Amino acid sequence: MEAIKEAPAWQKAVFNALKEGGIQQIAYVPDAGHSYAIRAAQADPDIVDTVLTTEEEGVALVSGAWLGGQRAALLMQSSGVGNCVNMFSLLNSCNFPFLTLVTMRGEYAEFNPWQGPMGKNTQGALELMGITVLRASDPDEVGEIVSAGLDAAFLAGEKVAVLLSQSLIGRKKWERN
Amino acid sequence: MNTSAHVAVDRRAFVARLLAAMPSALVVSGLGSPSYDVFAAGDRDRNFYLWGAMGGATSLALGLALAQPSQPVVAITGDGEQLMGIGSLGTIGARQPKNLTIVVLDNGHFGETGMQRSHASLGTDLVAVAKGFGIADAFRVERLEGAGEVAERANARRGVAFAQVLIHADEPPRALPPRDGVFVKNRFRAELGFPPF
Repeated sequence: MEAIKEAPAWQKAVFNALKEGGIQQIAYVPDAGHSYAIRAAQADPDIVDTVLTTEEEGVALVSGAWLGGQRAALLMQSSGVGNCVNMFSLLNSCNFPFLTLVTMRGEYAEFNPWQGPMGKNTQGALELMGITVLRASDPDEVGEIVSAGLDAAFLAGEKVAVLLSQSLIGRKKWERN
Repeated sequence: MNTSAHVAVDRRAFVARLLAAMPSALVVSGLGSPSYDVFAAGDRDRNFYLWGAMGGATSLALGLALAQPSQPVVAITGDGEQLMGIGSLGTIGARQPKNLTIVVLDNGHFGETGMQRSHASLGTDLVAVAKGFGIADAFRVERLEGAGEVAERANARRGVAFAQVLIHADEPPRALPPRDGVFVKNRFRAELGFPPF
């Protein structure tokens, strides 16, 4: 629980927006930027958290949750968006509401060149598949933007991705002392 | 592994018998022949037919099962569709929804695309895979009468179950369910008491 206490305010704002928006399920492939939301969901008796082996499972899972009357959100890293592309057709074919929160890699002080090809095309891939992209880069605005995306998804039935900029997450420490 | 042609169940008869024995179940069908089989047994508002999203049937059923724990949820799919989403069995094994039953109609082939052999007849043992992913109640069905034990598990909602049903690699006449996903979605939700926007 120490990590929860130390989590940055913007990460807490993400979880609070999900909670206040009535999210009852989260599905995720972990990323450091989602660590608070995942742990807070695990600690919340009213939210079911499901860890995935690959992100496209989550596109189908959150759609199934909506079929069953619940709001669900998919949490993933930008690399996972590429894994989802054909599964996004489920959202369009059935007009499912959809909310995903995507922590970005490959765009800010990136150390690992392997993150670049997908990270630089994450927004484009989402938009090609008909998903509206919102971007949160200022820590003070994260909660509001996640909440706005959630409302658009579950009140207007939109398909929304909120990209959480790599600059929020900061430089990854690569050397272990 | 589905290697034996002599033990093979008629897919249409099996699915019809299964659905008749679990009238309240919420059913998700995987693309291709399983969707045709489920529709051929009689259209129901509690059916959600996939025509695409290959690999997604069991994951969609998982989200539904978690949202509706008081209802039996049954995914009926084929070996090829399940193989594409094979990791979902690990996800389901981790989550253990008591009200989810997975039925894989296994003919060891990709039926929709010209009957090419699938991994299920080239070495993969789907029951062993399911068990390895933590679904302890995984079993093979080789007779039509096995529909009863699958339905019993679904209706009881006492733990996630996985049934591999060895079916004939034949192609019964097409029976095409509605392809309008919005219609099927709204009809399904209305059946559960949820209004459209």
